[in-house]
Amino acid sequence: HPLGLGLNVHNDYKMKFSVDEEYPDLSLHNNHMAKVLTKEMYSKLRSKSTPSGFTLDDCIQTGVDNPGHPFIMTVGCVAGDEESYEVFKDLFDPIISDRHGGYKPTDKHKTDLNFENLKGGDDLDPAYVLSSRVRTGRSIKGYTLPPHNSRAERRMVEKLSIEALATLDGEFKGKYYPLNGMTDAEQDQLINDHFLFDKPVSPLLLAAGMARDWPDARGIWHNESKSFLVWVNEEDHLRVISMEKGGNMKEVFRRFCVGLNKIEEIFKKHNHGFMWNEHLGFVLTCPSNLGTGLRGGVHVKLPKLSTHPKFEEILTRLRLQKRGTGGVDTASVGGIFDISNADRLGSSEVQQVQLVVDGVKLMVEMEKKLEKGESIDGMIPAQK
Amino acid sequence: MANSFTRILSSKRNVGILSLVGAGSLTAGFLLKREHVTAGANVRRVYPASAEYPDLRKHNNCMASHLTPAIYAKLVDKATPNGYTLDEAIQTGVDNPGHPFIKTVGMVAGDEESYEVFADLLNPVIKERHNGYDPETMTHPTDLDSSKLTSGQFDERYVLSSRVRTGRSIRGLSLPPACTRAERREVERVVVDALAGLKGDLAGKYYSLTNMTEQEQQQLIDDHFLFDKPVSPLLTCSGMARDWPDARGIWHNNTKTFLIWINEEDHTRVISMEKGGNMKRVFDRFCAGLKEVERLIQEKGWEFMWNERLGYILTCPSNLGTGLRAGVHVKLPRLSKDPRFAKILDNLRLQKRGTGGVDTAAVGSTFDISNLDRLGQSEVQLVQTVVDGVNYLIECEKKLEKGQDIKVPPPNRKFRW
Repeated sequence: HPLGLGLNVHNDYKMKFSVDEEYPDLSLHNNHMAKVLTKEMYSKLRSKSTPSGFTLDDCIQTGVDNPGHPFIMTVGCVAGDEESYEVFKDLFDPIISDRHGGYKPTDKHKTDLNFENLKGGDDLDPAYVLSSRVRTGRSIKGYTLPPHNSRAERRMVEKLSIEALATLDGEFKGKYYPLNGMTDAEQDQLINDHFLFDKPVSPLLLAAGMARDWPDARGIWHNESKSFLVWVNEEDHLRVISMEKGGNMKEVFRRFCVGLNKIEEIFKKHNHGFMWNEHLGFVLTCPSNLGTGLRGGVHVKLPKLSTHPKFEEILTRLRLQKRGTGGVDTASVGGIFDISNADRLGSSEVQQVQLVVDGVKLMVEMEKKLEKGESIDGMIPAQK
Repeated sequence: MANSFTRILSSKRNVGILSLVGAGSLTAGFLLKREHVTAGANVRRVYPASAEYPDLRKHNNCMASHLTPAIYAKLVDKATPNGYTLDEAIQTGVDNPGHPFIKTVGMVAGDEESYEVFADLLNPVIKERHNGYDPETMTHPTDLDSSKLTSGQFDERYVLSSRVRTGRSIRGLSLPPACTRAERREVERVVVDALAGLKGDLAGKYYSLTNMTEQEQQQLIDDHFLFDKPVSPLLTCSGMARDWPDARGIWHNNTKTFLIWINEEDHTRVISMEKGGNMKRVFDRFCAGLKEVERLIQEKGWEFMWNERLGYILTCPSNLGTGLRAGVHVKLPRLSKDPRFAKILDNLRLQKRGTGGVDTAAVGSTFDISNLDRLGQSEVQLVQTVVDGVNYLIECEKKLEKGQDIKVPPPNRKFRW
């Protein structure tokens, strides 16, 4: 059947009610979805359903249930499958544009996972840069996404992931720990390593249905040296993380690219490559993660710079964002910030990590200047 | 199976259901098309049932106790006419393996037809939860004649407050786990419209959660009337908190003794309460209020979900039958420390809760004591059980005060099927 006319009996039943009766009350809302979802758009899209049965109301439920977040402008909608971005294009395109710096429906996204294209990144001062990390997400083509998938689908994603990861060797040789079945000792170790992920508590995620059936088919894989880690079936099919203490972002990125490429090869061989297209790049659950899905960042000590009146402006010009060291939704502790790229879509992996490397290097130099009581006015960068 | 449901639908057709106009007409068209309650396929069936069967090995709830792979396979492709599925019905039980204090039910109904379409699972769950009551063979008595209640005035040196609550669902509209925004708003409209017709000591006012002023909100909090968005994962996992606070609200009469919650865990929760020990008056008002609300909605062509097998149809199978919890806040400092307390309560068919309700612990030695049972006995019978039981508990407390011994009463066998 044509895209957009998937089978969903409940949605068909809902069509008996008028648009006025079904249209959500968004009067107190402040998220991207609420900004674009007019009654007219709701009327146009509400009868549609992806082939797997995901509907407009399914997309927007998290945004209806969560009017706004105190610190950040949330997206307010999710995709339930690859086709969501097509069937509900009218909703997603303006949100993508607003969220990703004016990205147009006709724009093309560049993917570049060639780590050799990164310049520098191996000389960030470890007295300031405490740790470096690059993460991204990947979705397995042919399966619906965490807001919508059934238990069988989620288990298939886990099965494929375990098979793929088991073939890795050398620096990537590792082990899988299913959430439902790890020993107490394994659990304690994973907690101490800060690897263990919990059932989501954020209402943004829960309202989208991605915590259903927890902890069925969820797990963590990591290599022996604990520098390459994969989360299975949390907010996305896969979250891939490369990390280490200190400031050698170059090495972190090398391992990231090499590991990802190896994993992708294996999935492709099984005829289940990653969801990707030349407009949106890598397709993930949340529209905010489209493109590279990449967040490359450091934990860095900037007690003086962070209190400088121009701190926010510097970050904006460098195309960087700050978070607390607990991740998104947290505040910083002791002048230590999580600094990472703000962009995801419209620039490549290499370009985004380059911004982090260059920007953090500059900010550490500014911190050192401020420690000496000198001015940083001459160092304020131009908008990147 | 007895289909009083379709009988009522047919009679409703003759009563001029088409006279409903505007937003109400949605139900008119809908009810006319619902000829039968059978399965409709809803799902993209890509994987076999065995691949989808939930992992219930660590679970301890009624659903997990009865959902065999065979029953799952039989029901998984079915859906109610509105498209509600088994997976949706059991999601709360899959997501919440067990509660430390109580064996939870582990499933909900998304609409009235759920109880038919998923009967192969719901009937054994109902049987377990309601002490052997068999929906296939038994009938449930409904009796809201409060004049039959005897000895309904408690000693107020012990009983601080008295309360009776139940729930009611509006036939033709889906239940909170499954309802659309339109359906939920329709429930609000139908009920608020009816409540506006209440007079005398029942006359009152509606406070919508979306529109109340800060002052109104504070007053409702001070009166302990305001309900919040549910936080219990048992409730949120079933989807009943979607779109909060749209179409949710609280109505109460001017004397604050009759209160209705709209669109919380059920379409309506109806509460009659007072300080002190006059359970008779509380129950009188409860019955009178319920009957009057029913009359008012019937005037507009609506009715409550009810059938003779299951009584009043509510979201949670634990609330079928009467949906009634009658209770008191009572001071039992000595009795509560007696090792026989639990057994006495059990034999009287009573349960204790903390004064914050289910999931809370007692404060000081004031307990919330209420009936355990819901289905198989009438409202009058259950409230009488509470009255007789609480009077017995007070007698025990008085005896212990005087240094006399107490007796564990013989077990009440009326509830067992």
